[in-house]
Amino acid sequence: MTQDSGSHPDTSQTATSNLVQVLGLADVNRAITRIAHEIIERNRGLDGVVIIGLQRGGVWLAERLVSTINHIEGEDKPSIPLGKLDVSLFRDDINLRPVTPVSVTDIPVDLTGSKVLLVDDVLFTGRTVRAALDALNQYGRPSSVQLAVMIDRGHRELPIRPDYVGKNLPTGRDEDVRVSPEGVTLSKKVNG
Amino acid sequence: MKHLRSIPELGVDGIVRILGLANHMAEVNRRPVPKVPALNGRTIVSLFFEDSTRTRISFETAAKRLSADTMTFSVSTSSVNKGESLKDTIETVSAMGVAAFVVRHKTSGIPWQLSEWTDASIINAGDGWHQHPTQALLDSFTIMSALGRSPSSDCLKGLTIGIVGDIRHSRVARSDIQAFTALGAKVVLVAPRTLLPPEVEGWPVTTSSSLDEVIGEVDVLYMLRMQRERMNEALVPNLGEYSARYGLDERRSKMLSEHALLMHPGPMNRGVEMLIDPASMPNNMITQQVANGVSVRMAVLFDVLGGSETGAGVVS
Repeated sequence: MTQDSGSHPDTSQTATSNLVQVLGLADVNRAITRIAHEIIERNRGLDGVVIIGLQRGGVWLAERLVSTINHIEGEDKPSIPLGKLDVSLFRDDINLRPVTPVSVTDIPVDLTGSKVLLVDDVLFTGRTVRAALDALNQYGRPSSVQLAVMIDRGHRELPIRPDYVGKNLPTGRDEDVRVSPEGVTLSKKVNG
Repeated sequence: MKHLRSIPELGVDGIVRILGLANHMAEVNRRPVPKVPALNGRTIVSLFFEDSTRTRISFETAAKRLSADTMTFSVSTSSVNKGESLKDTIETVSAMGVAAFVVRHKTSGIPWQLSEWTDASIINAGDGWHQHPTQALLDSFTIMSALGRSPSSDCLKGLTIGIVGDIRHSRVARSDIQAFTALGAKVVLVAPRTLLPPEVEGWPVTTSSSLDEVIGEVDVLYMLRMQRERMNEALVPNLGEYSARYGLDERRSKMLSEHALLMHPGPMNRGVEMLIDPASMPNNMITQQVANGVSVRMAVLFDVLGGSETGAGVVS
């Protein structure tokens, strides 16, 4: 499960900050393609699979996974349903974290009996995923729920593990991981 | 934000923050299960010393959709003594572990008084002729949404909003004027001189005593409830004359511009200020105001109780 992207990312630090490039554009693309293949392999036929991106960082990744899977499977097959889920009001640390009022939940199908694949950019404490499992319940009873993330940075506080990982990245709690379609960076958290 | 007591206290940044949160809550209300665990374990007490249907039920619906526990404490105006007994009531109920009081009282300023007697948050659901901040927020939200605009400090810019009726005795009008003008709208008050308050000179509004002169120019026509008891005070000669000059009838409804929104805070006096069936108007927002009230009050409760010390910490 723990593959590296296989490339040699630029780890030089920039002059203005302690920003470290962990994955580049090509690495992110390769990871998405690999995860897409793994999803197809593990869910033979993709019957009943629904891909749901977690607001906000997981949404673009879910969209990319769906388009990549469609491309691999052939455009003549029906597309996998794609949804987004905002969990801010389901969190157990609601007093500690800001909410993002612009994020919306949009689940296009009844989830009862479906195989839900939750997608997020970074897996950290696991509390977002726990909140997402609660929120999902309001849209039906999936037959299974899987989890795909671009970065698993460790420090789990709950018994949650990902099924698909772009890259395992050991981090300190005081570090900040940023994921975008262009790449992944790691930096020391700025105080305040 | 610790309390919501008035629009000026909330400020324009606070108004914009609540409008953004309300957008999010409106989306929650469209979900198949419109309920989230955000305020699980918090207790909210409605303390209504004045009659109310929609505001009280709207607040309770909002609290329940955020999974808070609600209790209602209804007191008829006549049975309540001010001063010590009100203090005792608040202290007693607070001692049970209450996170917030939603208060309506006939005396202006009561929400400020109560917040000296309890550590709980105070949300003003109407105090005398003074303030009704959640009404102003839901009215602003309704206009903003109807125009397809996003929350910002100038989201009502370019609009002329006509508020018609008994401005003098209306807490809705006072809060609305403050919210609408803070968001960039122009407000014109339409009422007989006797129903305008003396302090109107200092307000950022224009006034007119003729609805016919103004009605064609407004983007929003906001009709206030004409309270029948005002007739006894001889502020208006009789209801018939008030209706003839300030009521919305068939003839005036045709003078409204096509895009103009029709609003009313309820409860409506059919046959007094409303002489037509508002449902026949294409841009009738009255039901939408009630629906939006739940989303806006969810936003207020979440901002007061769900956030950190400095408010809900909204990220846009």
